[in-house]
Amino acid sequence: MDFYLLGELTINGALVGLMYALVALGIVLIYKASRYANLAQGAFAMAGGYACLILTQSAGMPIWAAIPLSVGLLFALGMLVERLMLRRMIGQPIIMVIMLTLGLEIMMRGLLPGFAGSMARRLDLGIPQQPIFLGEMLINRSYLYSGLIALALIAAAILFFNSRVGVSMRAVSDDQIASWSVGIRVERVIAVAWGLAGIAAAAAGILWGSVQGVDWTLSLLLLKALAIAILGGLDSIGGVLVAGLIIGVCESLASGYIDPLVGGGTRDVVASVIILLTVLARPHGLFGREHIERV
Amino acid sequence: MFYRQSGIRHTRYEQDRRLWRLPFDRKLVALVCALAVAAPFLLSDLYVGTYLMPWLLWTTAALGLNLLMGTAGQVHLGYGAVMAIGAYGSLHAARAGVPFEFSILIGGLLAASIGTLFGAAALRVKGLYLAVSTLAMQYIVDYTIVHVPAISGGSQATLQAPPVRLLGMALAGDAAYYWFVLAVCALVTLFILNVRRSSYGRALAAVREKDYAAEIIGVSTFRYKLSVFWVSSFIGGVAGTMFAFCYYKAVTPEQFHLELSIQMLATVIVGGLGSVMGCFFGAALILLAPVVLNNLISGATNTFALQVGADLVSHAPLMLYGGLIVGFLLFEPLGLAKIYDNLRNYFLVWPFRHSR
Repeated sequence: MDFYLLGELTINGALVGLMYALVALGIVLIYKASRYANLAQGAFAMAGGYACLILTQSAGMPIWAAIPLSVGLLFALGMLVERLMLRRMIGQPIIMVIMLTLGLEIMMRGLLPGFAGSMARRLDLGIPQQPIFLGEMLINRSYLYSGLIALALIAAAILFFNSRVGVSMRAVSDDQIASWSVGIRVERVIAVAWGLAGIAAAAAGILWGSVQGVDWTLSLLLLKALAIAILGGLDSIGGVLVAGLIIGVCESLASGYIDPLVGGGTRDVVASVIILLTVLARPHGLFGREHIERV
Repeated sequence: MFYRQSGIRHTRYEQDRRLWRLPFDRKLVALVCALAVAAPFLLSDLYVGTYLMPWLLWTTAALGLNLLMGTAGQVHLGYGAVMAIGAYGSLHAARAGVPFEFSILIGGLLAASIGTLFGAAALRVKGLYLAVSTLAMQYIVDYTIVHVPAISGGSQATLQAPPVRLLGMALAGDAAYYWFVLAVCALVTLFILNVRRSSYGRALAAVREKDYAAEIIGVSTFRYKLSVFWVSSFIGGVAGTMFAFCYYKAVTPEQFHLELSIQMLATVIVGGLGSVMGCFFGAALILLAPVVLNNLISGATNTFALQVGADLVSHAPLMLYGGLIVGFLLFEPLGLAKIYDNLRNYFLVWPFRHSR
């Protein structure tokens, strides 16, 4: 047993998992506020990457100005999607909302690469390329920084739920009509949740764009994000953190140890297997509230 | 005017329960059927092979998915995987020397049994969870097919389909294949039309509206959810077999990837959830729209000397499918079938609109 390999895979996997968790954070934020799932979160992340890419490479902005601007753009995109699309769907069956966001994902997957170019281009955030050595373990420096940024953002999201808007978001997730009657503006709270999901997506898109380049494959993060959101529980932010670490480590170990046996590609199927096992064994996830339905 | 009802009285239950109750509807259906059968004589082989046949194939598959999503209300994002199972199952059976009549059944049954496993998730969860777990199964089936050489013949392999022999006769030429596809499509269409007016269809509708409430009035949710997954996966498997044997004449894993599932989903939504006619309309729109769009783009580049990037052209279908799904859900959630229905209702009493 090679413990250095095991350690290296675990640490890098955990850092990658934190970056996945950033995408899942958006799904959980929206689900917490509105009970709807946003299947377009992968495309949002892709949009974040593309926004930053266009601002730096086509408009020639410096990276420190492009990042806040693209985060702001994605905040606006999230609010806009909620206002123009989701608000019209209030009262429709949940299957319609799932399909609507999936349609949005497909459309953005065509629009962005179609108009902004489908070649993979790396975002340069100024993170040095050479890895850090920990004993004999190699740790990817951009994974390390990105993972730490993701951790900070998730912590910020947990803190946010103790702020005034955050408390009203929790109230809305509990009971929309009751929170309406005590004077919370339900629509605005849901819109803010979409905007925050846009911010999380922008951060994820920019970080992933610096690691693997910006192209349509960024939208494939959706499946990993869904796996994390379901494993952690759809309405638990702490769950995102734990599930992100679990899935990142599982993927990394699977691709390290199983890939040589079957010839590659295991990384992509791990998230699917975890989704299935979670749904069959414990549908509300590790930390989610069990959903009780009445006739 | 067209769909005139005056003078038509249904005095017996059999008359009232008919599939097409108005003479005009019956004549229209008969005309369309006659045209469909005569199509190889009226149109060139190219049109029959590249437009009509895929249209019927896509419709057949969409009918199976629509039974599941529209009639029973269960989301399925991995229908392409079900079709892949059917295609590979029947292909391996046919290559092993099983007659085609049986290998198409083997494909259907294999897809049905594995598809029912997909449905096992539906017993515990619904809505979003079901959507995500069927999506996960699509990826798992794709992975299994590509990575097990016994199924796919290696990751880049293409398996040739043997020529189809029906009842001892080899199907010769595009027209024969077309008629075979037409027959299967007609069979599936009749089945789905009749499901909706049987007790089975009413039970499915009860499950769709509220599964707990259905359970309380005595509809076994367990049985009906599993059986609808079985039926729709069987249809999907048969459709996948037809794709492989009659249209592509070969199987590669890429034919049945997530893109096909997305196309099927778009077909069902654009056509109209729960509508049989909608499947025909939806399949026509989903298949024709990219062709029309490509012609428009190339026409625009030629006449206006525009520079359209290759990226834009290659991503146009995705934009179109997504745009159609979003647009229809926002503005006409019941799809093209509803638009046809509105027209029909208008002409039902035209020109005496006040009489409605």
